[in-house]
Amino acid sequence: MVLKVYGPHFASPKRALVTLIEKGVPFETVPVDLMKGEHKQPAYLALQPFGTVPAVVDGDYKIFESRAVMRYVAEKYRSQGPDLLGITVEDRGQVEQWLDVEATTFHPPLLNLTLHIMFASVMGFPSDEKLIKESEEKLSAVLDVYEAHLAKSKYLAGDFVSLADLAHLPFTDYLVGPIGKAYMIKDRKHVSAWWDDISSRPAWKETLEKYSFPA
Amino acid sequence: MVLKVYGPHFASPKRALVTLIEKGVPFETVPVDLMKGEHKQPAYLALQPFGTVPAVVDGDYKIFESRAVMRYVAEKYRSQGPDLLGKTVEDRGQVEQWLDVEATTFHPPLLNLTLHIMFASVMGFPSDEKLIKESEEKLSAVLDVYEAHLAKSKYLAGDFVSLADLAHLPFTDYLVGPIGKAYMIKDRKHVSAWWDDISSRPAWKETLEKYSFPA
Repeated sequence: MVLKVYGPHFASPKRALVTLIEKGVPFETVPVDLMKGEHKQPAYLALQPFGTVPAVVDGDYKIFESRAVMRYVAEKYRSQGPDLLGITVEDRGQVEQWLDVEATTFHPPLLNLTLHIMFASVMGFPSDEKLIKESEEKLSAVLDVYEAHLAKSKYLAGDFVSLADLAHLPFTDYLVGPIGKAYMIKDRKHVSAWWDDISSRPAWKETLEKYSFPA
Repeated sequence: MVLKVYGPHFASPKRALVTLIEKGVPFETVPVDLMKGEHKQPAYLALQPFGTVPAVVDGDYKIFESRAVMRYVAEKYRSQGPDLLGKTVEDRGQVEQWLDVEATTFHPPLLNLTLHIMFASVMGFPSDEKLIKESEEKLSAVLDVYEAHLAKSKYLAGDFVSLADLAHLPFTDYLVGPIGKAYMIKDRKHVSAWWDDISSRPAWKETLEKYSFPA
């Protein structure tokens, strides 16, 4: 039974999708209608008890949290495609470090910008201008650290592309597109070069082509 | 050269400390004076460019983000002590899933409670009552999911203790202690039994005994 990814049109599931495509792993997708509240229904909560996307079902095995899915796929299929975990324990430590930076430090302010700029009206809450300003400042300070780091390192974990780089793709794609703050990337020479590199990978282009939110 | 953990008196570094003690790995600690702003000085930023604790130096190797340090230690010393990553790729996937739940879903509201109840006055910002109330509600909803899960599973990732359980120790210790909300754990039968189990492990008792913040 082929691996299934639930909720492919949304941003977080794309971390899992791009990893599967990079590793050449066959999979199917199952749409989840967030607008209709499908994610809060018992059938979905049985797969992901917190009611968020993605959920993944691999035969008898269930797993959720997009970055955990990335690690699971990268480890299970370690011998095919690029080694997105690096070669040594030390390599993997750097991958884990930057994956966790993305989750704890890069993602939260960017999620605020995503919700308040892209989705406030459709989700029915007032857009909080003060929060938008604070979140942009926080994200800017984080990107300053990335700029200094990427001046000395081709990719986040070293000279090899890894899960840490790929984890940044879906929401940074929102930042430079519909959020309207591409300058945050473009104005930083090394961040910009890194972004151009990772976002032009065939696996990411295929992810966007097949699973962008229907217009 | 022995592995060094910077900032042992604070909560996040204790994720790394308890893992090192569980695995029987020798280490030293280096205090970091947050009150004096030591974490924002160039010498510390060279180890952790975001200016947070912990930072870890293992000979020539540097790594930060407490949960990444946990994974690095658990993998490097996989053959000694309990296998905190589980045995199979599927086991590890469940460990990663619950480690990420802790980072993305459990920790953020608990961090708000920590900062606004324990540290607002000493850090010089006004305690936000609305945020405290919302954070308690969010954390309560998360603990309801944990309660249902731990009714069917002895530990978070399955029938074995793992990094996912240990990652919850430092800030939940604050919750049941100085934050004054032990009822959030005690009122939930299976969460309470799980908490009693993991918080009575010798490695955790040793962590608290040796590295609690000096009174």
